[in-house]
Amino acid sequence: MERLRFATVGSVDDGKSTLIGRLLFDSKSIFEDQLEHIEAVSKRRGTDYVDLSLLTDGLRAEREQGITIDVAYRYFATPKRNFIIADCPGHIQYTRNMITGASNVDLAIVLVDARTGIVEQTRRHSLLASLLGVPHLVICVNKMDLVDWSPGVFNRIRDEFEEFAARLSLRDVTFLPISALQGDNVVSRSPNLTWFEGPTLLHHLENVYTASDDNRVDARFPVQYVIRPQRAEHHDYRGYAGRVAGGVFRVGDDIMVLPSGLTTTVTGIDSPNGPLIQAEPNDAATLLLADDLSIARGDMICRPNNRPRQAQSLEAMLCWMDDAAPLQPDRIYSIKHTTKVTRAKVTKVLYRLNISTLHREIEARDLAFNEIGRVELHTTAPLFYDDYHVNRSTGSFILVDEHTGQTCAAGMLLSPRT
Amino acid sequence: MQSALRGLVDESVTIIREVAAEFERPVMLFSGGKDSVVMLHLAARAFAPARVPFPVMHIDTGHNFPEVIEFRDRAVADLDVRLIVGSVQASIDAGRMPDATGPRASRNPLQTITLLDSIAEHKFDAVFGGARRDEERARAKERVYSFRDSFGQWDPKTQRPELWGIYNGRHQPGEHFRIFPLSNWTELDIWRFVEEYDIPLPSIYFAHQRRVFRRDGMWMAESPFLSADADEPVVEQTVRFRTVGDATCTAAIESTASTLTQIIAETAAARVTERGATRADDRISEAGMEDRKKTGYF
Repeated sequence: MERLRFATVGSVDDGKSTLIGRLLFDSKSIFEDQLEHIEAVSKRRGTDYVDLSLLTDGLRAEREQGITIDVAYRYFATPKRNFIIADCPGHIQYTRNMITGASNVDLAIVLVDARTGIVEQTRRHSLLASLLGVPHLVICVNKMDLVDWSPGVFNRIRDEFEEFAARLSLRDVTFLPISALQGDNVVSRSPNLTWFEGPTLLHHLENVYTASDDNRVDARFPVQYVIRPQRAEHHDYRGYAGRVAGGVFRVGDDIMVLPSGLTTTVTGIDSPNGPLIQAEPNDAATLLLADDLSIARGDMICRPNNRPRQAQSLEAMLCWMDDAAPLQPDRIYSIKHTTKVTRAKVTKVLYRLNISTLHREIEARDLAFNEIGRVELHTTAPLFYDDYHVNRSTGSFILVDEHTGQTCAAGMLLSPRT
Repeated sequence: MQSALRGLVDESVTIIREVAAEFERPVMLFSGGKDSVVMLHLAARAFAPARVPFPVMHIDTGHNFPEVIEFRDRAVADLDVRLIVGSVQASIDAGRMPDATGPRASRNPLQTITLLDSIAEHKFDAVFGGARRDEERARAKERVYSFRDSFGQWDPKTQRPELWGIYNGRHQPGEHFRIFPLSNWTELDIWRFVEEYDIPLPSIYFAHQRRVFRRDGMWMAESPFLSADADEPVVEQTVRFRTVGDATCTAAIESTASTLTQIIAETAAARVTERGATRADDRISEAGMEDRKKTGYF
């Protein structure tokens, strides 16, 4: 059975937590004690229906303020697929958590309130989904009950979104009318939405085609850990452990190790699930090689005729996530890219992206909390990378403040402009 | 395309290796409970054919089920790992805290003190725990790499963003990380793994006869650490444990499931969460787990 990771994002009060509660409830993934608990809390608070958002808002402060502060993860399964939900906060100050929740998902659900239509947060979150390269986007027009189930309202929101989205690089966008509160078109078809010919949300989640989302062409294996048993019976064993970041590695393949540029052959592949003939994207694997080369954590194994880019001067889209201090050009940060940690400084902010208008503000000199911009950076050691839009694993990095330890930025590497 | 279970295994193994590569003194918490057993087996697979490159640690309240302690010792011997035991009794004897007293006394909350003392004593900078996000609503919010300050405290409001599969373990001396490789596993995933990979577990997870009594709607086991009140009749029942912890706060469930296939079927059909069914310690308040976690609990 396959697993689908998806994120729910949207503005405050668009009903994200309610939608998740509805998905869990209608797919019978809520347990009786959880339901009793939220029923009791709902009653104590005087709400006249069971507040399903209490299922995901687990922290004391969230319940007190009635908002989602942090990404909450939920799990449910249907006979077709296993699902991991990352429920992402909608408040502006928690945008970094939305990026956290959406960075590695297969699909994102953006909730839109049918009464208000596309708002700034919708544009902001869709832009982030586009920048993060989320392969599938679902625009759920929620609260259709409050606009008399009007197809006109739904179509108008769809047209407005499509006009805006034409400027983004979204690969697959689906529009669905729903009402999460009573469950219309979430798990079952709704008698109120007979004019809608598309699928229910759950049907879409169960069937969206994700098999071609991984990069299976460019073989990339960042070395994570060298396994040397130092036991008599495995005296000569030397394995290079890691997770396949792209392409397929087969026993017998010629490979090249970077930065040394030395080449050899794969003689065997071990894995936590036993020996493999080939290792595919996301597989944890241990490569055994024909020659005893000097290979360490942070090295990159690839094919001799298909190498990643190699550079110390790089360009990236950077999302600044540190609320304590803005990006300071020329200050030194720690950078983590695949399994490699080195140091970096941003040498130039090329522009700041206005995430409402998509305008490129070239006068920007720094990036403040939650701002996004294109930057040039310089690293103390070369990175072996691919354009983020070709490979999310080898195209992504984080910047870490060397003094506070905070993760202060998320970066997506891009091919330099020519 | 990976199967869901294999995807989980590979994700967990990757996390375990990353910690072994980046931290100086990792340790893996190991109680003999099913989650920690699965986690230790994943560690063994992460480094095979080499040994697991860090020790395991059990915080022992002294009030554990004897079957589980026997299992613990056998498992670490089989997997050739070093076991460190942090003893709550020793902490009490050393005057770190008074023993729990009163009619509903449990040493469960005292574990936090012994845990933090043991982490400090051994200078551990990364502590693997088997907690899963599906267990409890505060845990649903926790990162895989969860930062703890020098008081061992968790601050849910200032968690570091965790993007892609890139983890940030940067810390100062005296601070540490709790690492949760099983974050994305569900109870059912744990049982499917146990079945598919043929993992031994303590016998108390399987249906057996036991003397139990009813308390707060749960079946508590009679033991040297917990006895029934006069109005709590002790009966012999066919039960099993869905979670395994301190005997004073872990309840049994009525069940005749004695094979993995039966347990998986029972788990898939369960209408109550495992902690809801069996853990007295989560019933303290609406945010019982969050409050305990903030002060350094598992």
